Amino acid sequence: MLNSIKANKLQFESQKIGMMYFRVAIILFGAQLLMGLIAAIQFLYPSFLFELFDFSVARMVHINALVVWMLYAMIGSVYYMIPDETGREVIGAGIAKLAFWVLTAAVTVVVLVYIFVQVGSGTEMTIWLINEGREYLEAPRWADIGIVVVVLVFYFNVFATYLKGERTGVMTVMVANLFALAGLYLCGMFFTDNISIDQYWWWWVIHLWVEATWEVFVGTLAAYALIKIIGAKREIVEMWLWIEVLMLFGSGVLGLGHHYFWIGTPEYWWEIGALFSALEPVPLVAMFVHVLYDWGKEQGQVEAEGGAHAINNGPAMAWIVTNAFGNFLGAGIWGFFHTLPQVNIYTHGTQFTSAHGHLSFFGAYATILIGMMYLGLQGAYGIKNMRATKLSKWAIFMLVFGVLGMAVSLTIAGYEQVLVERAELGATWEAFFTAQNLIWYVQAQGWRLVMGVVTFVGFALLVVDLLTIGKKEAGE
Amino acid sequence: MAEQPKSVWSSISFWRRSAAWVTGFAVVLLIWLTFDTIGQITMGTDADLQNGVTKRVPAPTVINYNIKYEMNEKRGHEAPVIGEKESFFGKEWSVDEAAALLHLGKLTSQAKNCMNCHTLLGNGAYYAPDLTKAWLDPAWNNDGPMMGMTGKSTREEAMAEFLMHPSKYPTHARMMPDLGITAEEAKGLVAFLKHMSSIDTNGFPRNFGKEQGGTYAK
Repeated sequence: MLNSIKANKLQFESQKIGMMYFRVAIILFGAQLLMGLIAAIQFLYPSFLFELFDFSVARMVHINALVVWMLYAMIGSVYYMIPDETGREVIGAGIAKLAFWVLTAAVTVVVLVYIFVQVGSGTEMTIWLINEGREYLEAPRWADIGIVVVVLVFYFNVFATYLKGERTGVMTVMVANLFALAGLYLCGMFFTDNISIDQYWWWWVIHLWVEATWEVFVGTLAAYALIKIIGAKREIVEMWLWIEVLMLFGSGVLGLGHHYFWIGTPEYWWEIGALFSALEPVPLVAMFVHVLYDWGKEQGQVEAEGGAHAINNGPAMAWIVTNAFGNFLGAGIWGFFHTLPQVNIYTHGTQFTSAHGHLSFFGAYATILIGMMYLGLQGAYGIKNMRATKLSKWAIFMLVFGVLGMAVSLTIAGYEQVLVERAELGATWEAFFTAQNLIWYVQAQGWRLVMGVVTFVGFALLVVDLLTIGKKEAGE
Repeated sequence: MAEQPKSVWSSISFWRRSAAWVTGFAVVLLIWLTFDTIGQITMGTDADLQNGVTKRVPAPTVINYNIKYEMNEKRGHEAPVIGEKESFFGKEWSVDEAAALLHLGKLTSQAKNCMNCHTLLGNGAYYAPDLTKAWLDPAWNNDGPMMGMTGKSTREEAMAEFLMHPSKYPTHARMMPDLGITAEEAKGLVAFLKHMSSIDTNGFPRNFGKEQGGTYAK
């Protein structure tokens, strides 16, 4: 991956920019996992780095690195697919590169301030310069504004190129969806004394990202990747994409209601949130079926013609199939577990949420974005038929096993917490700690740490594979 | 697929139009509901409090009142009940003073990154207790452990003292770190917590502070 741009097999600047984004994404992914390990250790050994690098700091960097690496990989994926879909170079390659460096410098400063300054005084100045203290949207206001500017540059590039080039269905969905995705960020950029209103709009960003626009983004990437990797028929893929958009937005937009059960908002969100969020797994099943169906169909066709493999990129396809199933399992099943208000009144804000968060972010997003990186490497080294190496296989196995193990451990911890803290002991300060200190809870947290280490090893293998697979297979 | 599709079910344009209509309908409904909800969760006024008008999110001057969290038979779950006036840090706060104090408290809650250990209204991190009804936590009662430990005589003073020097008053091995919270900021935070406990959260958390049984395990 280091030499992917120098290898110079990429004909378009746009794709080179895509590779630049992928590299930063993978570094931030590593930072996310390191912070996660620190936080996991603190659950078991609370004196670890106490008053030096507290849980709040580790956790803030953990989730921010997560969001930012995914956004990087998403932007990278779009720049990578632009020439394939529109048939032309991106309009403003120069300004796109400038925006990349500005964004990367800003992200570096923000992270350094998080790590070394950590907290500020209770003034507007802290919100502007240090951190905003709102989960996932901690980035200080100056960085918010910078992000908006960079995203405008990005969006202009995508939109202008789309207008001038070929307008495929895949690209139409991408352009429309990115508009919503970028615009939603503005909902998280203000301060209010009213915490209910604060959280109302905060969820517009978080939910309408991860349960609506990001999901459509994944559907779009999968459509592009299926055409690219197994030569799926564009007409079929695009029709499915529209059906997915229909189902994802049809359920996901009003599914927002499941975050409005307990934040001060009216009771009618119980019914609306329950109904629509219960429907959210449906498109995820459809996406899974679609990927497998297309794979089987193309494979059958290739075999009928006497060929062996429909797939021209083994590791990318492995990650995309993992995505199809992981999205359904992590976002669909684990989300449905606690989405009904009758259940959620007890599970809201427990390790249950954490289990769902881990499995869904990984299953729905990390997987397909890693797949896109393999696709990028294939192009960068001009490999006609990329096969999974031993390392690719070990990496995907360890990562999947590790994250699944963490999610199961956290689910067990969540069950215990729900029953003891919430149902039995009345959800107080003391109830919280009683539940946290019970042996079964502690054991579950122990397994979470073990599985976190497994995940990290998987990540290390992934990095080595990404760094070496291109050169290795190009030489063969 | 050069020719017209035989069936509407395999027509791309049918699904494209359907996707646009369904999305548009969902968005319009969401925006309409948003107007209604924002109206209902906008903070009430001091006059509402004086006249006993119930608001989902009361005015900042709610800090001058006693707050309870009781079973509401009609609604079938617990809801905040705003009672008689009581002093807060030894005085009654005017409309402007209360608003300024709540503003300081909310700002401080963000500046100190409370949400990345605790949950507020159930949202945040899961390393420390939920703060939605923390003001009503029996641990801060007159006979509760925190009052004795901090050596203060009122709930608000005990909470403020704890927030300023949390690692001086450890309750468990997992402690809250010293975040450099000043005396003024601590007052603001306590006002923020008291105000939050008066928000109508549809019965979350259920059963707060009413212990039902033991765990009989370690």
